[in-house]
Order: sequence, then structure tokens, then C-alpha cells
Amino acid sequence: MADAVKHTITIPASTEYLVQVREFVAKCARQADFMETDIGDIRLAVDEACTNIIKHAYKYDRNQEIYVQIEINKNWLNITLLDSGIGFDPGNSKKPDIQESIRQKKRGGMGIYLIKKFMNKVEYSHNGTMNEIRMKKMRPSIVSED
Amino acid sequence: MSDFEINNRSINGLEIIELRGELDAHTAAQLETALQKLIALKNYKIIVNCHELEYISSAGLGVFMAYIEDVRSLGGDIKLSNMSPKVYNVFDLLGFPTLYDILNDEADAIEQFNIKT
Repeated sequence: MADAVKHTITIPASTEYLVQVREFVAKCARQADFMETDIGDIRLAVDEACTNIIKHAYKYDRNQEIYVQIEINKNWLNITLLDSGIGFDPGNSKKPDIQESIRQKKRGGMGIYLIKKFMNKVEYSHNGTMNEIRMKKMRPSIVSED
Repeated sequence: MSDFEINNRSINGLEIIELRGELDAHTAAQLETALQKLIALKNYKIIVNCHELEYISSAGLGVFMAYIEDVRSLGGDIKLSNMSPKVYNVFDLLGFPTLYDILNDEADAIEQFNIKT
């Protein structure tokens, strides 16, 4: 695979489409030779990122859309998520204090930690009217067929 | 469509919830409703058997977080069992095993309840 290969999917901003995104991501990751354990991690990271967009950026407005692009190049699987909702600060990636969250009856905060745990690199940016999340996962080393 | 199902059973005053499929931000509402029903019917000793649970995201974990304290304050507990390594890993990464009883097998969870009663 000398050249980068790109795949895209656009989903309505509704949680019922999370399963569709997970399937799409798993298919791409399989194509990039990831093991099933890593595929599971990548699916979870993208699910968490999309859930955050639906919840925080779009406030559950299902008329909005999330654009997902996956690029597979020689060494990396690059995932880009775009939305036009309210930008949110992902904050730090410290392990959430679950005991404290239970005490305060507060859910959430766990998704970003999991995303950063499972992906090699995560970047958030805001471009004009769009929010962009870029996640990278290093591909498993491929044995040369030479 | 999301592939997720919940089945309920009762054994000697213990309520067993069996989860099957993928638990995400969409299907979490089904689990929430199932727990709310049990609590409304004053069933506070709950075992969640995760044998056929193939996937969980943080939204699923959030449901357990929301009800564990309520149930414990009413003299019960939510114990989890039969998790695949993949599902357990998500609980473990977030530190749940120190706060929840996560047992290898449903029979162990039943025994834990029986020891305490």
C-alpha cells in the first residue's frame, strides 16, 4: 500500500448511528492490518469522540452531521472527525476520579481519557465554523513480501 | 441498528440482568430503564451478567455509576459478573474494580450476596 487510502462516512448526529460508525472504523482498521484487540480500541475511541460531539457540540440535535474520514498511509491510521457544533475544551487527559463522580452523581469525563489511552496521538482544533478532532494510531509493522 | 438485549431472571430474591450485544450511548437507555424498574419494585440486590456483552463504552459505565450508591444506601448492591477480557479492560482502565464487585462467575456473585445476608 504505497499511497494513502481514504475512506469517509457522514452520519446524522444521533446515537443510533454510533453502531454504523463503529462498523465503518473496524472495517478500515482491518484493512490496515490491525489485530482485533487494537480494532476494539479504535472503535471505542471513535465511538467516544462521536458521542461527545452528539452530546456537547450538537446538544443532541439530530439534524446535524458528523463527518468521519479515515486515511491509511504506510505507518498510520489517521482518523479525522469534523462537526459544526459548539466547540468544547477536552480539558486534560487525567484519569477521572470515579469515586468522586459517583458521589457528585456526575457521569462523563471518561470518554476523553479512553480516547487518549487508546490512540497514539489526539489533537483538537477549531477552524472557522468547524471543530476538528484528529486521532492517530500506529499501524502494526508489516512484514515485507520481498 | 444496535444489537443489544436485556433479559431478567430472579433467583432467591436476587435479580439477574443478562446483557447481550453492544452497550453504547444509544443502548444505555435500555439498561437505565431496566435498573430503574428493579429499583422501583424494591429489588436492590442486582447481578449484571455480562457473559454475552461484546462491547461497552463510557456511556454504559455511566449507567452503573448513576445507580450504585442509591442501591447500596438501600441495603443492596449491583455486582457484575462474567465479563470478557475486552469489556473488563474498559472497567479496569477507569478504576471500577476497586469500587464495584466484579466477579468471574454469576455463582460467585450470588455467593457474595448470600455471605452478606
